[in-house]
Amino acid sequence: MNIHAIKAIYRFEMARTGRTLFQSIVSPVISTSLYFVVFGAAIGSRISEVDGISYGAFIVPGLIMLSLLTQSVSNASFGIYFPRFTGTIYEVLSAPVSYLEIVIAYVGAAATKAIIVGLIILATAALFVPLEIQHPGWMLLFLLLTAVTFALFGFIIGIWADNFEKLQFVPMLVITPLAFLGGSFYSISMLPPFWQKVTLLNPVVYLISGFRWSFYGQADVDVGISLAMTLLFLGLCLAVIWWIFRTGYRLKS
Amino acid sequence: MAPILSISGLSKTYDTGFQALKSVSLDIEKGEVFALLGPNGAGKTTLISIVCGIVNASSGSVTVDGNDIVRDYRAARSLIGLVPQELTTDAFETVWATVSFSRGLFGKPKAPAVVEKVLRDLSLWDKKDNKLVTLSGGMKRRVLIAKALAHEPRVLFLDEPTAGVDVELRRDMWRVIRELRDTGVTIILTTHYIEEAEEMADRVGVINKGEIILVEDKAELMRKLGRKQLTLHLADPLSAVPAGLSAHNLELSADGSELVYTYDTQGERTGITALLQDLNAAGIRFRDLQTRQSSLEEIFVNLVRTPS
Repeated sequence: MNIHAIKAIYRFEMARTGRTLFQSIVSPVISTSLYFVVFGAAIGSRISEVDGISYGAFIVPGLIMLSLLTQSVSNASFGIYFPRFTGTIYEVLSAPVSYLEIVIAYVGAAATKAIIVGLIILATAALFVPLEIQHPGWMLLFLLLTAVTFALFGFIIGIWADNFEKLQFVPMLVITPLAFLGGSFYSISMLPPFWQKVTLLNPVVYLISGFRWSFYGQADVDVGISLAMTLLFLGLCLAVIWWIFRTGYRLKS
Repeated sequence: MAPILSISGLSKTYDTGFQALKSVSLDIEKGEVFALLGPNGAGKTTLISIVCGIVNASSGSVTVDGNDIVRDYRAARSLIGLVPQELTTDAFETVWATVSFSRGLFGKPKAPAVVEKVLRDLSLWDKKDNKLVTLSGGMKRRVLIAKALAHEPRVLFLDEPTAGVDVELRRDMWRVIRELRDTGVTIILTTHYIEEAEEMADRVGVINKGEIILVEDKAELMRKLGRKQLTLHLADPLSAVPAGLSAHNLELSADGSELVYTYDTQGERTGITALLQDLNAAGIRFRDLQTRQSSLEEIFVNLVRTPS
């Protein structure tokens, strides 16, 4: 294992965050706080409780998930796309590093950043509403699994994209709608029966549900299913990445 | 001595159907400076890219110090440093950070002393804290060389190292390359500047349309293919080459003051003695004479022009 290479890429990626601190950390916190003010305070004051939890507290796991998903996808996709765009990827490709090491470094850095943002949002939320976390271990596990899975997904997008438009397309037009429709701001039991079924096709439902369970012990779907679906998506992303490196898709001509 | 780099039957056909390399075989000896010459699109960069792991070969094999570049890629690649043709650097990293990054990427532990030496050797030390975006093109080129040297490679690929670099910097780089060779590093450079190959290389390879059409010791190549010209500066200008001298391969300059005689150094006889005797007989006197060996550039142009 080329530990020095993993460290070098990881540090490089984390240093990029440091340089773009506002974009990477401050802006998601501000936008989430805005969501919180609008949905939690303004609208939430008219909705008393969902499943016995105050609406303000109910949306916290969804808000964290929303940021976690968009952050891990955009960090990882940008992290690998940019060197491809500028051409500096030549160095990584010519280095004695395995594909696994490349993925660990890029995805690890993207997931780390996303988790940091998630935890900052959690801390921000604690200023607005009283929070309880019934299963902190599971909470961290879901946080970690989701960040890693979606960073892998972002890595795939960063390799697939051949222009900046495509790079923006998936986070904007896929991840955000799925997160909004995945029960970030409501319980799916509030939907008409037909849409309850349809919404189960949305993978983000399982992530948010499992994550919310770790906070309040309540979930739209069974936590075991949530975990299984997360792992399934993780496996799927790993398989695609394995294929990418095996064929050299968009990396090696 | 076993070659440090051995390329055998290497072919590359891109998805577009373009065949960039056609069964190329080449051995590079340890410690030599090898210049790979060829026109644009000849396959130079593809060849280097395959050896360095950036492009997958269609067929054939490459070993670096006995390590196969696919099977033992870690061992092979850790021996290689690559300076790419394009000036591709990050923008906001400092010189120090980007060179240290390269060292780590190639699996070497931190060694500030090594990085410092590389930066000093390339006259980059006073720029170490500068962001890359603030550097000139020539300085960026040096940074790319520093990055390639940060992990102390045994084989260094320089893809058009002095393209777009001013004369002074070019000479500086030649000095650096010579110093590297003196430490035992094998250097393979591709270049358009024949002057560079002539100045630096021990051996020269010429690639054209994906095929190596010639590999030769540089001095030997120049001796074999070099033609010489003898220029006679006449005391009195001539209006035409006199009839008595028509047997010789002579050209008269436009102003009639110089006679140029072209001969083959490989020929049985150069014909110089006969020419001088005939000149004497014709009563042509000359003030001065000089001989000139054709440059590698002329040799190269002739080679790629001739259908192989």
